[in-house]
Amino acid sequence: MNKQLLLGAEAIALGALDAGISGVYAYPGTPSTEITEYIQKQRGSGTHAVRSAWSTNEKTACEAALGMSYAGKRSLVCMKHVGLNVAADAFINSAITGVNGGLVIAVADDPSMHSSQNEQDSRVYGKFAMVPLLEPSSQQDLYLATREAFDLSESLKLPVLLRITTRLAHSRSGVKESAARPENELHSIYAPERFVLMPHNARRQYQHLLDLQPELERRSETSWLNRLVPGTGPLGVLAFGIAFNYVMEVRRQHGLDFPVLQIGQYPLPRKKIEALFSQCDSVLVAEEGYPVYEELLRGFFGGRNIRGRLDGALPRTGELNADSLSRALGLAKKEVLTVPDIVVNRPPELCKGCGHRDLYEALTTVMNLQEEHHVFSDIGCYTLGALPPFNAIHTCVDMGASITMAKGAADAGLRPAVAVIGDSTFTHSGMTGLLDAVNDRTPICVIISDNDTTAMTGGQNSAANGSRILAICRGLGVEENHIRTIVPLKSHLAENIAVLSEEIAYDGVSVVIAERECIESAARKKRNPAAKA
Amino acid sequence: MEINIILAGVGGQGILTIAAVIDMAALQSGLTVRQAEVHGMSQRGGAVQSHLRIADREIYSDLIAEGTANLILSVEPLEALRYLPFLAAEGRMVTSTDPFINMAGYPTMEAILVELHRTGQPVLVNAAELAREAGSVRTSNMIMLGAAAPFTGLAPEALEAAIGRLFQAKGADIVEMNIRAFRRGKLLSQQQATAI
Repeated sequence: MNKQLLLGAEAIALGALDAGISGVYAYPGTPSTEITEYIQKQRGSGTHAVRSAWSTNEKTACEAALGMSYAGKRSLVCMKHVGLNVAADAFINSAITGVNGGLVIAVADDPSMHSSQNEQDSRVYGKFAMVPLLEPSSQQDLYLATREAFDLSESLKLPVLLRITTRLAHSRSGVKESAARPENELHSIYAPERFVLMPHNARRQYQHLLDLQPELERRSETSWLNRLVPGTGPLGVLAFGIAFNYVMEVRRQHGLDFPVLQIGQYPLPRKKIEALFSQCDSVLVAEEGYPVYEELLRGFFGGRNIRGRLDGALPRTGELNADSLSRALGLAKKEVLTVPDIVVNRPPELCKGCGHRDLYEALTTVMNLQEEHHVFSDIGCYTLGALPPFNAIHTCVDMGASITMAKGAADAGLRPAVAVIGDSTFTHSGMTGLLDAVNDRTPICVIISDNDTTAMTGGQNSAANGSRILAICRGLGVEENHIRTIVPLKSHLAENIAVLSEEIAYDGVSVVIAERECIESAARKKRNPAAKA
Repeated sequence: MEINIILAGVGGQGILTIAAVIDMAALQSGLTVRQAEVHGMSQRGGAVQSHLRIADREIYSDLIAEGTANLILSVEPLEALRYLPFLAAEGRMVTSTDPFINMAGYPTMEAILVELHRTGQPVLVNAAELAREAGSVRTSNMIMLGAAAPFTGLAPEALEAAIGRLFQAKGADIVEMNIRAFRRGKLLSQQQATAI
């Protein structure tokens, strides 16, 4: 078959399709979104009738995938790194129950925080859950490793974590496909001794997971993802994930011959690492993420023959590149042109004509009249309201935190306590916090900026919008006359200011739904009417 | 051979369309491609870039090392300057001279031109004007690709074939218009080369 030019994220999708998955479960999040989108695009082609609609959040996604695995079929879960925090309960416990059909959790980390609030390293979760973790370094390897991850999962009866980072997720290269494997038959198993995690079962299952660890390490020792590039000299490099690419780039560019051990499957292959350390006087540990294994290899008292992010050889934060590796390897810095002083930053901004703009114009007008004008916000395009000219919001922490932080601040006595959240984030993690506020009759005003889509990640369907959001708020017990709907348009500015003023002044839970379609998705629909209904 | 190209612009300007054409042409020419791009928050009117690497052997890094870009192709003049540390000593700069101003402190065009000329022989392209002449301002990215074509290491025929495939679904007229734009850009680049 011919090579296709695929993003790393898409290579995972194709690998999973060809591994015979029956479902993908995911919540959008940069840089993981394109995995699921690729599968959704293939859905109509006839060859793959794979269940692929967006989940409400990463936890529901992970649990549904475990259910599909329970029923004997293969399933894929995709999320960005912080999504795994949301799904952690399901994920960690799926390692205790184990799986039936192959279950692969693809997590995309974002070192350098291109589109994220932290650069947490999902390999810590792999260690925490004690499951195999794969971290290939090229698009082709991603395709192959994803296919193998499902086999590995079924042979060990464990979920497998597949970790990528932004750079590989969003880089294209040629990928050669091999013949697809059919889906599994439905074969649900009665195994309450595994799946009913009451203490007596959980203790046995946990012991089983511990007993499996030597087998996991044996798999790592023989895995093609852990490969040695032989070489000579006193220095060796232990290159994790795509750090391998940068190391090899520098090695070739400068005609160097040091040995490189690439790590692409965890837990660590102890023998291979011991062999590298016994061959070399010192080892540079290059990890695309936290210095997770550098710390472990140094030990508590600090190994003197190890270099890496912890001793400053490599930067402590951010993604690696060939330049940082060159410096770590002691190569002279090249003379290059500098960025001229006249080059000013160009931060992202809300689109011209976006409804969030009109909402913020009304909201800042109202809030500027208040002595305290704190606005708790959330994760989405509307987070850009933190930047000039709006400077309208004062927090953005995690999905759903706008409502609950406003609640806590109101509990502390802050008046008014205002939250701004999008439709998709509201259903992801906002609804439960709203219920807390209703039960406590906390005086908060929750503004749901409903643009009918998950816009920041490119316009995926939201779990609920419009009348369903209204119904959810009613159902959660918000008083009918304090659920107001406005249309964030210039022409409605005066009216919107009036509604917001009234509800912000209300001494109880109020919800203002600012409802207007995202202009980007409206334009997409115009270009392609057949696209997303 | 190895060609490293930085594509630069502002989110929404469509540099990924240029990347898609080059990718396709390189792959069809039997070469290896790696092309890193920006998705997510910056796409909303922020600075965006793509690192595009083409070689006749395996490519390891998705990112271009500093001082090793053979070409900076920018669809916006200020954005061209943002990536100067990547440009190789003998690398070429091809940029549109149409400013996209969506922030405070945008420098004067004169100041930008002074900096652009530090790169030796920049190819400066009045892309929007030429695109309108080619039939639509929407072809300005193909004007830019044409202007950069001589520095991509790819045959113009391969690039034109890729344009044909990319715009195929939009009909023969659109394909023809984009190829016309590509050739217009290429002509300008040749004229500027002979003028020096």
